[in-house]
Amino acid sequence: MAKIKKHLLVCGGTSCNALQNEVIASNLKETIREKGLNEEVQVMMTGCFGLCEKGPIVKVLHDNTIYIGVKPEDLKEIVEEHIINGNKVTRLLLDSDPNLKVHSKKQLRIALRNCGFIDPENINEYFACDGYLALGKVLESKDPQKTIDIIKKSGLRGRGGGGFPTGLKWEITSKSQADQKYVVCNADEGDPGAFMDRSILEGDPHSVIEAMAIAGYAIGATKGLVYIRAEYPLAIERLKTAINQSREFGFLGTDIMGSGFDFDIELRYGAGAFVCGEETALIHSMEGNRGEPTFKPPFPSVSGYLGKPTNVNNVETFANIPVIINKGAEWFAAIGTEKSKGTKVFALAGKINNVGLIEVPMGITLREIIYEIGGGIKDGKKFKAVQTGGPSGGCLTEVHLDTPIDYDNLIAAGSMMGSGGMIVMDEDDCMVSIAKYYLDFTVEESCGKCTPCRIGNKRLYEILEKITLGKGTLEDLDKLKNLSHVIKDTSLCGLGQTSPNPVLSTLENFWDEYIEHVTVKKCRSNQCKALMQYIIDPEQCVGCTACARNCPVNAITGERKLAHLINQDICIKCGACMEKCKFNAISIK
Amino acid sequence: MVSIKLSENKINQIKDICKSFNNEKGELINVLHKTQSTLGYLPAEVQEVVARELNTSTAHVYGVVTFYSFFTMIPKGEFPISICMGTACYVRGAEKVLDEFKRELKITVGETTADGKFSLSCLRCVGACGLAPVVMVGDKVYGRVAPDGIKEILNDYK
Ligand SMILES: Cc1cc2nc3c(=O)[nH]c(=O)nc-3n(C[C@H](O)[C@H](O)[C@H](O)COP(=O)(O)O)c2cc1C
Ligand code: SF4
Ligand code: SF4
Ligand code: FES
Repeated sequence: MAKIKKHLLVCGGTSCNALQNEVIASNLKETIREKGLNEEVQVMMTGCFGLCEKGPIVKVLHDNTIYIGVKPEDLKEIVEEHIINGNKVTRLLLDSDPNLKVHSKKQLRIALRNCGFIDPENINEYFACDGYLALGKVLESKDPQKTIDIIKKSGLRGRGGGGFPTGLKWEITSKSQADQKYVVCNADEGDPGAFMDRSILEGDPHSVIEAMAIAGYAIGATKGLVYIRAEYPLAIERLKTAINQSREFGFLGTDIMGSGFDFDIELRYGAGAFVCGEETALIHSMEGNRGEPTFKPPFPSVSGYLGKPTNVNNVETFANIPVIINKGAEWFAAIGTEKSKGTKVFALAGKINNVGLIEVPMGITLREIIYEIGGGIKDGKKFKAVQTGGPSGGCLTEVHLDTPIDYDNLIAAGSMMGSGGMIVMDEDDCMVSIAKYYLDFTVEESCGKCTPCRIGNKRLYEILEKITLGKGTLEDLDKLKNLSHVIKDTSLCGLGQTSPNPVLSTLENFWDEYIEHVTVKKCRSNQCKALMQYIIDPEQCVGCTACARNCPVNAITGERKLAHLINQDICIKCGACMEKCKFNAISIK
Repeated sequence: MVSIKLSENKINQIKDICKSFNNEKGELINVLHKTQSTLGYLPAEVQEVVARELNTSTAHVYGVVTFYSFFTMIPKGEFPISICMGTACYVRGAEKVLDEFKRELKITVGETTADGKFSLSCLRCVGACGLAPVVMVGDKVYGRVAPDGIKEILNDYK
């Protein structure tokens, strides 16, 4: 068999799946076969490249070319022109999109190092990228404490939201005495609008498996559990395949690499409860119970799964481990800021040109992320805010654009790192509605165990709703503030302790918008339907009847060629009429 | 609530599922996942069988089923429609899409159409935020859905 010389990678992430990347991959294989190139060109599906908005994506590995928005009919041209004749197909090139020019330049991929680069279903490709080398090193050293020291020295902090120093957590768990200990990987990823962990598991499952085994050796655990959302079928499938391959090659099981160390991994499935991302709730859920949090201490590292010491780490935290072992603590500690080392993966979404997954060194500014990597705000609109930390976080605004991003700076700015969701908002987003959106989420997801969270958040939601309906008063704004602080101070778990953050941070940063809603009853972004009216300007209306024909509730009356009128009592404010009017006669008041 | 009588066959299916997890109480969530994917939903009668097999109380099983949004006690439509209400989809207009589905199907979230064809639910981020707003029908993901495009989606299933 001839040696494979060229590799064509097709992104196999969920976004691209929805765009029928499988058709692309199989057609590409077919085209390669037709040209008689199947001996030297290999086509494979990989994990997410992070360019989700521009899919389907094909990458030519040998000269690092990325094609975006590839259609089945483009494949023949790519093969004939690029693979055979060596001329890139310029119209499909990544650089042909001006917004994407600096997309990869400011990024640094550590946790995502293999995503979109290797075939996640083939362990041999992981080997080719130093796979399981770190585990070998750790087992060879015969010194668990040495591994813990490396992780401590690297300065790695938990990527699941809290930012607790990983090495320290390992050390505490390793010192807990017990006949059985557990390593748990938290793959619950509940933050709505975030998909970092899923992409890692889909694109590079072996790195997490390897890291869990390393953690097992370091803390003295022989069992690993991955708690993964049932909503992630592709990630589950890839993880299962990887675990089986790893067992076959002897990296999981008994007497791993002849070291006498035993370790194996099982999967546990989440069932759609955000609070189960909280570690104590997660443990109760794994035990087959309702996922209600319990008071800490005792921390899981002392008493966790089945009452045994349990080390819980996030997927992305784990994905960093093998590289740190291979390249050394000093290398890792040289990246980032004083107290936040390494990189962070963000799921960049919302009103931004380049939606997708990015990995950036700690200390980068929001401006660099939004305007350089993200390609700026969609449709040339004006930037308003960026939300980080999901339902536990807050909004950052214009004034924070040049703040270096790390754990501590984000908290000081009234938000938090969270797990990495980053939602960009523009002038069309109403900040009161955004706060209401998050509270709606919290109310639904509160486990109900403690009163401040169960009832307090519901009250917060009701006040916000009242404001968006134009019935709020200045007094309500005070109530919002006071109640928020009570909930934060008295809730049992991290969910309730952080759930008022979206309210507090929007109150702080967008006070004038709240004031407008309650005093002049106006929503400047025209999102609060109760505060706006669609009206037809009789001067502009030519009576074409387009609006009346498109109104879903027949709210518009008028004779042909005469000015039309909207009956405000019937209108549901869908906006269809305004969109359909060719004469700009309809506006929002 | 309508009470249903489970056929012998279904009861045996549930028993087999429990057995495949060694009738262990700690495996309850895995058992429920498997049972729901086999039977489609988890009505009270099914929960009773599971409780008996795992040697736990029906109240415990009920408590777990109702805690997790993934588990449902009412049958879904033949083509379950889920609208993503994750933040990325929300800021790109998911609410309008949901409203349109409600109006078109004349049902609200959590309901199934009278002919049993469609049911409507919301979920949080399917991880295709790049294509927001996102709608799933069964396992198929539709991206960049606009309110006036939903008739077309429904037509695929009529
Ligand atoms: C309400 C709530 C939700 C959470 N959700 C997640 C999650 O989805 N994924 C995650 O890794 N950690 C989540 N956490 C943090 C975990 O409790 C825990 O701190 C983390 O998994 C520890 O891993 P790390 O140190 O590697 O970050 C959540 C915490 C709270 C309070
Ligand atoms: S704060 Fe909320 S989620 Fe946490 S234990 Fe209390 S009720 Fe449950
Ligand atoms: S906004 Fe919608 S409901 Fe109101 S008049 Fe226009 S088309 Fe009709
Ligand atoms: S928010 Fe809808 S797919 Fe992520």
